[in-house]
Amino acid sequence: MTARERIAGNVASYVDDRTGAAKWMKKNLTKVFPDHWSFLLGEICLYSFVILLLSGTFLTFWFDPSQREVIYDGGYQPLSGLKMSAAYASTLHISFEVRGGLLMRQIHHWAALIFMVGIVVHLLRVYFTGAFRKPREFNWIIGVGLLTLGIVEGFLGYSLPDDLLSGTGIRIAEAIIQALPLVGSYIAFFAFGGPFPGEAFIPRIYTVHVLLLPGIFLALITVHLMLVWYQKHTQFPGPGRTEKNVVGYPLMPVYMAKAGGFFFIVFGVTAFLGAVASINPIWLYGPYTPGQISAGSQPDWYMGWLDGLVRMSPPIETHAFGHTISWNILIPGLILPGIMFTGLALYPFIESWATGDKREHHLLDRPRNAPNRTAIGAMALTFTLVSLLNGGNDIIAQQFHLTINQMMWFSRIGVLVLPPIAFIVTKRLCLSLQRADRDLVLHGRETGRLVRMPNGEFTEIHEPISAEKAWLLTSHEQIAPLELPELDNAGVRHPGALKNKIRNRISRAAAVAVPKATETERRELEGHH
Amino acid sequence: MSNELEPIKDPGLPAHVHRKADSDPIAAQRAERQVAILFALSAVGTLLLIYSYIFVKSDAFIFIPVIGNTAAQHLGLGIGMAIALFCIGAGAIHWAKTLMPDEEVIAQRHEFRSEDEDRAEFVKTVKAGAAAAGLGRRPLIKTSLGVALGFAGLTPLLLLRDLGPLPKESLQKTSWKAGTRLVTDPGDRPIRPEDLEVGAVAQTLPELAPGEERTLNNIGKDAVLLIRLRPEEFNLDAERLSWTHEGIIAFSKICSHMGCAVALYEQQTKHLLCPCHQSTFDVTRAAKVIFGPAARPLPQLNITVDAEGYLVARTPFTEPVGPSFWERSS
Repeated sequence: MTARERIAGNVASYVDDRTGAAKWMKKNLTKVFPDHWSFLLGEICLYSFVILLLSGTFLTFWFDPSQREVIYDGGYQPLSGLKMSAAYASTLHISFEVRGGLLMRQIHHWAALIFMVGIVVHLLRVYFTGAFRKPREFNWIIGVGLLTLGIVEGFLGYSLPDDLLSGTGIRIAEAIIQALPLVGSYIAFFAFGGPFPGEAFIPRIYTVHVLLLPGIFLALITVHLMLVWYQKHTQFPGPGRTEKNVVGYPLMPVYMAKAGGFFFIVFGVTAFLGAVASINPIWLYGPYTPGQISAGSQPDWYMGWLDGLVRMSPPIETHAFGHTISWNILIPGLILPGIMFTGLALYPFIESWATGDKREHHLLDRPRNAPNRTAIGAMALTFTLVSLLNGGNDIIAQQFHLTINQMMWFSRIGVLVLPPIAFIVTKRLCLSLQRADRDLVLHGRETGRLVRMPNGEFTEIHEPISAEKAWLLTSHEQIAPLELPELDNAGVRHPGALKNKIRNRISRAAAVAVPKATETERRELEGHH
Repeated sequence: MSNELEPIKDPGLPAHVHRKADSDPIAAQRAERQVAILFALSAVGTLLLIYSYIFVKSDAFIFIPVIGNTAAQHLGLGIGMAIALFCIGAGAIHWAKTLMPDEEVIAQRHEFRSEDEDRAEFVKTVKAGAAAAGLGRRPLIKTSLGVALGFAGLTPLLLLRDLGPLPKESLQKTSWKAGTRLVTDPGDRPIRPEDLEVGAVAQTLPELAPGEERTLNNIGKDAVLLIRLRPEEFNLDAERLSWTHEGIIAFSKICSHMGCAVALYEQQTKHLLCPCHQSTFDVTRAAKVIFGPAARPLPQLNITVDAEGYLVARTPFTEPVGPSFWERSS
């Protein structure tokens, strides 16, 4: 036994003497995690959250969350002598006078963007592979909660410096609050401590940004991870992998080293971005005043699709009985996002209702083997992407020499027409890929070698694929559509008949599939060749 | 159909392929050296960070292709930090991938559902607990508890009441009064019609009474845009035409959609464009919305000149400026 091993042993004994956790620790230290690059996406989110906590704490040491008016006398000459809020002045101070301050600001902002990209891509991975299915529905809902809070937290964060760009964002947020029927102007006045912009909003959102939301994040992330731990990670299908096992590497030491190392990689990359890629150069925007604006005002990307929806909204307001309802703000700003996030959160339940599948799933789906789910995802993604494009319609129009009007009409029509097209195309693509899988199993791989037969005919040599690959392509299960009774024994429509009919119809659509290749067929074909 | 068809079989976990470092001590030593080099590089990165913090002047700039002129200290700190962190991570992962065991392990997974017996016991306990509380049998308690909880929920709402004042008339009114002079922003100089050439635009605010301070709250409602056209270019009804003065027309600069500053004026087309959501207003037709999500024209300010020839508001705004709200009546 080396000295190292003795120390490790002593540490283990020390811990067990005080907790009695030997059995539990042993089980968990050797816990098996399946390996796949896409499982790192969630880790990226976790690590960028830690980076956000560290860099954010640094920023709070100098940032002054106050809208008190000051005259700038700092080191950045172009703004010298200008009236501005203390929040903006202290952000300039961090950027120009605190050593490493600009670096930390840029790391903080980049980490926030990476956090949001990570969440969205992680969500897409979980969605398209069906990882949200029973027993993980609850964790999916927590994930949707984290996404929603992330958008809010990011918006509040870039609003804090009180520059001309972020102030414009706050102005728009105020208009959305003000548009609420009945209570809008009251809530706006309470939130802003009076008329816009007031002097209360930035100190208030500061508390929310650095205390309230990070606290909620911490709690949700903890539960999220505990559930992943307790329920064990899902795994991709493959030889030797079943619903009843987990194939991978043990936590200690391989996963500790890999995951710990990956934290430093993510931090290193973020620091590199913070060093070389300028982000949110607030000194160029100037201090906020409601009477000014800069052209090309853009929110951060995760708000872009909401802004795009607002931009493409038709100009509809209702004026009646001395009151005004702004549909042009309420629909794109609150109602549509509300429907989308609710639908997203409830998706696992909707799918299990439609397919009647109430079993546990630990093996992931290849997206092509769930054509309906994949197509619905593609549809939602198309909707969001068209909206996001329209959020940058002015920039795109300028870069591609289009008019704003062309961009806007493209988005207005596209946002309605393109998602259904995406659904149909994706579903057909999935089925084609299934057919290709079937052909591959039955006829083997094209080798590209042409052979001339004695009779002059040319044929290409096909090589059978490996047993592992054949298993991968055929191991998924194909569920039969529901057959709920639409008529009772006497042939009379019973009360739930219509509901059953709808469910049968949906589950038939969800069960459309190319029959997968079988050993029997393979053997038959071999006989022919 | 597939019932009689025999499915393809699971060949089981493929045999483990050993890495070079598992059997070849030289390869293992090489890997160890590589890991050590990465960790050493990380230390170099930290040294660069320390050097930049202490010795590089904060006003020194260096030229980097693609990025351009960059503050040397900022760059040194950032690159040093990036190297320091990245190399620790790369070293740890290289270590795990080359030297730590890479044999896949199989752990068993069990269905979460408990044994039927345990489950039945659990269900029974919950049912018994619920029955013992007796909420179903004691509707009075259930109802009064519901009322009490709902009532208690009002507390936070009530306590948040003092966050701000009631809106009252604040959203309906601006500082413009009959006879208020229009002054330039910035500069606070009164304006004569001849100061504006045809085609020119000016951002203005109401003149302050002596001793009055201008707040952002005021600017958020009072900002007015002056635009001068040739009088014959207007396409206005008689009333609105009378609100202009020698071809000068005044609009609230606060967008009627979401309150951004409507700051982009196209001289050729005489359109005003809001850069936030691209609502487009036709100046010749009293800022009628010709494109985009805004539903109402920008409020027009009725202007004239005073005895000294300076532009003034003849009346206050006749409607609230800025985005819509519930109490807005038109």
